[in-house]
Amino acid sequence: MHKFINMKKYKYLISRRITQIAILFLFFAGNAFGWKILRGNLSSAKAFDAVPLSDPFAVLQLTSTGTVLAQDAILGSIIILVFYAVIGGRIFCGWVCPVNMVTDAANKLRKILGMDKQQRAMEIARGVRYWVIGLSLALSAVLGVAAFEWISPIGALHRGIIYGMGFGWAFVAVVFLFDLFAVKNGFCGHVCPLGGFYALAGRFGFLRVGYNKDKCTLCMKCTDICPEKQVLHMVGKQSGAVLSGECINCGRCVEVCNDDAVNFRNIYSN
Amino acid sequence: MQGRGRPARMMTETTIGRDDPAPANRTNMMPERRDFLIKTVKSLGLATAGGLEWSGFIEEGKSAPLVLRPPGAVPEKQFIASCIKCGMCVEACPYDALILAKPEDDKPIGTPYFTARTSPCRMCKDIPCVPPCPSGALDKTLVSEKGENGALVLNINLAKMGLAVIDRETCIAYSGIQCDACYRACPLIDKAITVEYTRIERTGKHAMLAPAVHSNACTGCGVCEKACVTQKASIFILPRELAMGKSSIRYVKGWESRDEERLKDVKEDVKTKTPRSGQSPVDYLNQEEF
Repeated sequence: MHKFINMKKYKYLISRRITQIAILFLFFAGNAFGWKILRGNLSSAKAFDAVPLSDPFAVLQLTSTGTVLAQDAILGSIIILVFYAVIGGRIFCGWVCPVNMVTDAANKLRKILGMDKQQRAMEIARGVRYWVIGLSLALSAVLGVAAFEWISPIGALHRGIIYGMGFGWAFVAVVFLFDLFAVKNGFCGHVCPLGGFYALAGRFGFLRVGYNKDKCTLCMKCTDICPEKQVLHMVGKQSGAVLSGECINCGRCVEVCNDDAVNFRNIYSN
Repeated sequence: MQGRGRPARMMTETTIGRDDPAPANRTNMMPERRDFLIKTVKSLGLATAGGLEWSGFIEEGKSAPLVLRPPGAVPEKQFIASCIKCGMCVEACPYDALILAKPEDDKPIGTPYFTARTSPCRMCKDIPCVPPCPSGALDKTLVSEKGENGALVLNINLAKMGLAVIDRETCIAYSGIQCDACYRACPLIDKAITVEYTRIERTGKHAMLAPAVHSNACTGCGVCEKACVTQKASIFILPRELAMGKSSIRYVKGWESRDEERLKDVKEDVKTKTPRSGQSPVDYLNQEEF
């Protein structure tokens, strides 16, 4: 019985890990064994040898260099953008991006080492990511390459896993150490422009976390576990849904709530 | 520009405000305004610092010129502006010749390249690496020609990945040894590499079978570089823009029947203009000094 309850407490976490690893594995198998389910990587891919998929932020950066990209990349980016915009939140960040596993690990280690209790060594604003979006596009235009893709630890990680890592692990290690020693949820929650991009894109999607004040006992476990605490500003104040696009839809708040006060819901239906 | 103009104006207001003896303004308005101002300046400063560091890193990676791209690659500058780093060309390569650049490879990171000495391009007839490219960094039309029914047909011989260059000082064929490894290996034998038969002047009686590369046919596949028997290859591939010179359009080969046709498309004025060229040759002959 005890085991069973525990499993239920981690159902989204486990599903997320399965999704993240499965997607990476399908890409890996596409390269290594010639499977045709997913080929390419998270920057651009082809599903079932038919459907093009592309990272819309990468396409935006390449386009801002003044390049007119081929049809597949454009079409693929629209498919991905519409998909994430309809679902809502930063579902990419919580369920697809492999860096999520790295930063979650850093976060876990912070907790084990008790670093959260100490004063933060450094504090940066959540809005930095939107500046980095602007900077990415400006630098892409000036330098003639997709600027964020050039330094992206996300790219380094998924490219590395699929095609060979090399020194790319250093990019990932920087993120891990930054999140561990400098700022809690530092990369995914403050800096990453791709996260910022999906926060803007997922603002109006349907699948959001809903909060019910009547059931809430103010234990605040949800805000403790949340990597984007600011989105749960309504907890203890009023019922309602998380409307900020910055929520990564990871569902940790839903899992930790013992009072059934936090749940996923379709905000467009009653 | 708008965003930068505003804080600057507010800065003067703040400075004036500080000297202003009226205390009401200071207690109500200033802390918030000053906070906002400092935050904006801080953000701009950090963005500039980050941006400079960031662009330095990119510029360094961009400046690596010795990179051989897959067939059908658009010119390098355009290539790095359109490659999305998905690796689908790498996946398609049946010989695993293509590699996505890792940070330590000293190539634009995440872009595909091959190393001729270790694994050259095998010039597959169906060019499997080009069609999967989603972004247009590999352009099918650059390796296609019009077929019989007018449709484009892939032809790997049109690829221009690089150009083979021979170091005559180290090539053993140029020292008189009968080596034709590169010539025999070349997929476009007798077109891209030919063997020139000459006499070795030093001995006066031996033959030299010297390989020569022809840039109009060479695709830069690098099979010759792989085949070369010297310790470090004496025939090697360089990107064409590094390996080739360029003569001005003025130089028309009169002995080649069609070479003059190139001039038809030229819009610029190709006539030579020097202080002397305005005069006619006759004037020159009539000048005193002559």
